[in-house]
Amino acid sequence: MNVLTARAAGLIGCTRCGRVWPGEASHCGRCGAPLAPVTTISLQRVWAWWFAGLIAYVPANMLPMLRTATLGHEQANTILGGVIELVAHHNYGVAAIVFIASIMIPVAKFIAIGYLALIVAHEKFAGSHRHLHLYEVVEFIGRWSMIDVFVVAILSALVQLGFVASIHPGPAAASFALSVAFTMLSAQNFDPRLIWLPPLGTDKA
Amino acid sequence: MEATFPIACRPFGQDYVLPMNESVDHMSELPLSELIVCPKCDALHRISEVGPDEQAACARCGTLLITPRPLSFLHVIALSFTAMILMIGAIFFPFLRISAQGLSHNSSIFGAAMAFSEGFLAPLAFAVLLMIVALPALRFAALIYTLWPLAANRPAWPRSAQAFRLAEALQPWSMAEIFVVGTAVALVKVAGVASISFGPAFWAFGTLIIVTALKNAFMSKWSIWEAIGPR
Repeated sequence: MNVLTARAAGLIGCTRCGRVWPGEASHCGRCGAPLAPVTTISLQRVWAWWFAGLIAYVPANMLPMLRTATLGHEQANTILGGVIELVAHHNYGVAAIVFIASIMIPVAKFIAIGYLALIVAHEKFAGSHRHLHLYEVVEFIGRWSMIDVFVVAILSALVQLGFVASIHPGPAAASFALSVAFTMLSAQNFDPRLIWLPPLGTDKA
Repeated sequence: MEATFPIACRPFGQDYVLPMNESVDHMSELPLSELIVCPKCDALHRISEVGPDEQAACARCGTLLITPRPLSFLHVIALSFTAMILMIGAIFFPFLRISAQGLSHNSSIFGAAMAFSEGFLAPLAFAVLLMIVALPALRFAALIYTLWPLAANRPAWPRSAQAFRLAEALQPWSMAEIFVVGTAVALVKVAGVASISFGPAFWAFGTLIIVTALKNAFMSKWSIWEAIGPR
């Protein structure tokens, strides 16, 4: 289907409220949001947050997430260490949940955003509905990674039974939270309109 | 091939649009206020009357553009007030209680955020409070401010556009529902070691999630922007 875009018509659309303005407008006259032209320059912001997220993700995995003390025996666990311990205690279900939520999904998000940001500049893939769906999934799932930080907060606040058992948060909680926030910003800065950008030189704009 | 210029309209629950073969030249005669652009793919559509049982989707990528719902403003205001009251309850009542081997400990939602308050993790305590309490509350307040005059068919109050834009921008960062699911995960983790009981704040917070979901379902962004009108 050959569809007329605001860009091809010399207009600019507000991505917040859907209103259409002349191409030279800088702010939406209705909702006041800045109007962004459809250009690959916006990918620079995506990459900047992407790398920030990746850098924060390294200490999130190296440093302890939880410090657990039970009956005088203290133990500091990284994310992966926690999964391994759950497997050792034959809690395979919980281990699988933690592994998927804390390791697989964050890694998959980095791959998905990086893939989208690389692929949209390639005219061969212009207008792929699969890419839009991938973007929507990443945008939806991104904030749910914060669940780990909340679990650490709840466990640390709740499990304060003195000598019997107590849990304290580790420094990885902060870098994990930062990593999630940076990845969310990276995804938010990705302009899905780029997915539909036709091969350069064939459209009017 | 001539570019098509579809009308943004489709019957509710059905998966097609009504394309209209208007030429591109014809479009220059239309005022811009009669057009709507898809935020996901930049396709231009002409706005048409969308009935109460219909919703308009983008002809190219299927993104919902207009979802009018009758009575939506009043519903959203009522639900936002409900959510604010539940939030106050959720902060001040006890949230969870743990007991094991004769020892027990209470925690409030505030206490959960304050788990990070020691040492250099303190900024994280602030961020968690923002995400689960302050930002959701600010969103509800901004929505009430925007919709209160609109529900009474009066002109929007000054800075309504900014308030509604703020409410929309804060949506990904208000994570109350994620916190509640996090509670479930935490419970699974300690289930074998200790017994947990829920305080009133847990039920208030749980209800808050349902109220928030209902409010999002009742809200039609396009209708609100139309009602706020040009500044």
